[in-house]
Amino acid sequence: MPASFLREKTSLAAFGWGAIFAISFFALYTLATARGEPVNAMWLVTAAIGIYAIGYRFYSRFIADAVLRLDASRRTPAHRRNDGLDYVPTDKWVLFGHHFAAIAGAGPLVGPVLAAQMGYLPGTLWLLTGVIFAGAVQDFLVLVISTRRDGRSLGDLIKTEMGHIPGVIAMVGILSIMIILLAVLALVVVKALADSPWGSFTVFATLPIAVFMGVYGRYIRPGRIGEMSIIGFVLLLASIAFGRNVAESATLAPLFTYKGETLAFMLIGYGFVASVLPVWLLLAPRDYLSTFLKIGTILSLALGIFVVWPDLKMPAVSRFVDGTGPAFAGSVFPFLFITIACGAVSGFHALVSSGTTPKMIADESQTRFIGYGAMLMESFVAIMALIAASVLEPGVYFAMNSAPAIIGATPETAAAAISSWGFAVTPETLAGVAQDVGEKSILSRTGGAPTLAVGMAHILSKVIGGSAAMSFWYHFAILFEALFILTTIDAGTRVARFMIQDFVGTFVPAFRNTQAWGPNLAATAVAVTGWGYFLYQGVIDPLGGINTLWPLFGIANQMLAAMALTLCTVVLFRMKRERYAFVAIIPTAWLYICTMTAGLEKIFHSDPKIGFLAHARKFAAAADTGQLLAPAKTLDQMHRIVFNDHVDAGLCAIYIVLVLSILGFAFSSIRQARACEAVTTRESEDELLPAGA
Amino acid sequence: MSCCLPGLDLAKLASKLRDGARLMVGQGDYDAYVAHMRATHLGSPIMTREEFFLERQASRFGEGGRRALRCC
Repeated sequence: MPASFLREKTSLAAFGWGAIFAISFFALYTLATARGEPVNAMWLVTAAIGIYAIGYRFYSRFIADAVLRLDASRRTPAHRRNDGLDYVPTDKWVLFGHHFAAIAGAGPLVGPVLAAQMGYLPGTLWLLTGVIFAGAVQDFLVLVISTRRDGRSLGDLIKTEMGHIPGVIAMVGILSIMIILLAVLALVVVKALADSPWGSFTVFATLPIAVFMGVYGRYIRPGRIGEMSIIGFVLLLASIAFGRNVAESATLAPLFTYKGETLAFMLIGYGFVASVLPVWLLLAPRDYLSTFLKIGTILSLALGIFVVWPDLKMPAVSRFVDGTGPAFAGSVFPFLFITIACGAVSGFHALVSSGTTPKMIADESQTRFIGYGAMLMESFVAIMALIAASVLEPGVYFAMNSAPAIIGATPETAAAAISSWGFAVTPETLAGVAQDVGEKSILSRTGGAPTLAVGMAHILSKVIGGSAAMSFWYHFAILFEALFILTTIDAGTRVARFMIQDFVGTFVPAFRNTQAWGPNLAATAVAVTGWGYFLYQGVIDPLGGINTLWPLFGIANQMLAAMALTLCTVVLFRMKRERYAFVAIIPTAWLYICTMTAGLEKIFHSDPKIGFLAHARKFAAAADTGQLLAPAKTLDQMHRIVFNDHVDAGLCAIYIVLVLSILGFAFSSIRQARACEAVTTRESEDELLPAGA
Repeated sequence: MSCCLPGLDLAKLASKLRDGARLMVGQGDYDAYVAHMRATHLGSPIMTREEFFLERQASRFGEGGRRALRCC
């Protein structure tokens, strides 16, 4: 090829990337300087896509080539250990889909919705910087590290690279984050279904639908996933359509109208039963439905935003950056970075990246596309959730995300309270939105899911059906979220159960037998009680529960990310690539700063809305003088609230101790690695080479 | 099948979408499994398509259960 042609091509590429830089930053500038009038959501979409492209092209390539020196000729576990089942070399697009479906869940949808209370800008900036420098880096590094070590799991990797004790610490950390994750997700479902006969009916209808699919897929037409999913989907749509009749019927509606407490107990019982039933009956078929529905809904939301070009009604930065917002308490630093976990950086992904995906990588160079690329896509899902929350009138958003303790229980009190914050809204508007979506009230529907559902209904009804279809789209969105959260709850309860059996089994070997009913039921009961306890505590919380549980979950998730990135840092030192260790050290340090600050503030902050101990002191002091504070109705309940606060504070303290001890072990591993001239990490290639093949 | 756009093979695209959708729910490629068994484990029994489906389903949520891990 003539040199002049190459030069021309290079300068053309340079010009192209220059243009993408310019457009992205102009879009960000437009978003940041908007004052007073609504900004079109396409600016946000443009800025996000441009920045993802730049991050992928330059930063992930730097990591792939300079830091990790990916080598396409290196044999991956999929080839070395090919068994046609778990270890299979897989097409990179197919594997991308698998990996994305495993990392995308309710997290990237809920966090940004809550964060929208501070305006769309703080959330956007953290989502974009977080994913480029932390989230995608973590997913990519862990994927490569695991791929080079036979697809071992995160806990195993920490054990082999850092030592036995850090490995056990990581396992305890993973189990505790699972428990909090399940509690907070269950709470999201409870908040979305409470007093909503339409929503409850459609979600209940998924049980017989899934069982029918299960029987169909096992006995009638074995293995026909496509057929059974289409049947299931049609039945689901029918149940949403029929849900309106249920909600409007005087006899049926009361049968499906539940209070939060009742729903919580139903979910706990359901979680127990669903996770001990044979998987083909309920769990697997619902997994098919929820996975395909999730992908389909994400695609339709993207399509909706591209077709409708909605305006963002939320201001760029709201007054609640000062930490007094109703959706969650605490100022931008550190709480924004805790609230938006998935979408920017999520420790949970480290489990997926060291799970099934590394066993199917056909060629090491594809880890960049799959690890880094899929996380960029997840971040875009979070951006869309932020858009869906921001297209609502701010008054409506705050009415949905404030607890009754703050805005009262009627449209009149809510409109008065919210208008006094500077977000003008009338009682008629609030009642009108409720009527549009087919609910009695939209007040205090905290938890993110209903807000997202109204936002999605707002966008999608402009594409199909007009305002008459708002209520259908709203309940479609609620069902979609509830469905995959329920699937996560049964699958997660099973995972927690196996972890508990494994853990107890190290002391009592008989407990490990997963076929025996005794240990099986006992471990399931422990898992369900664990998340059920936090769920119930959240349901009766006067501030809505999400206020307490979401930060705990965020802290746990980000601490897991900190552990995973610490592992990556250690591995880079042991590979003798310390020159480049900064790619892991920068996000690790940031996560330590955020989670330590947030963890300590959650325990010790003097504001009872933020600090658990301050809250406990407030209730204990009142109880001592015989005074009752809402929601407690008896002194007994007052004492239980104090006790719960201490449990939450204790949990936070445990997280802090766990993650700090991992840091201590990391320093000693790094010291050892630096003391040694040679590479000290062991990648499986050199272990297996002598065996030939 | 590349009728409309040069380089666009619709049949291949459809099969990739299908494989992708199946792998999302933990169902790997049966043909690849059979090819692998024929190539390296001559003589050992090969699961039928239905058995393969049930095996994959059980293993996704079964012991260890980690295969069904999904994010928040």
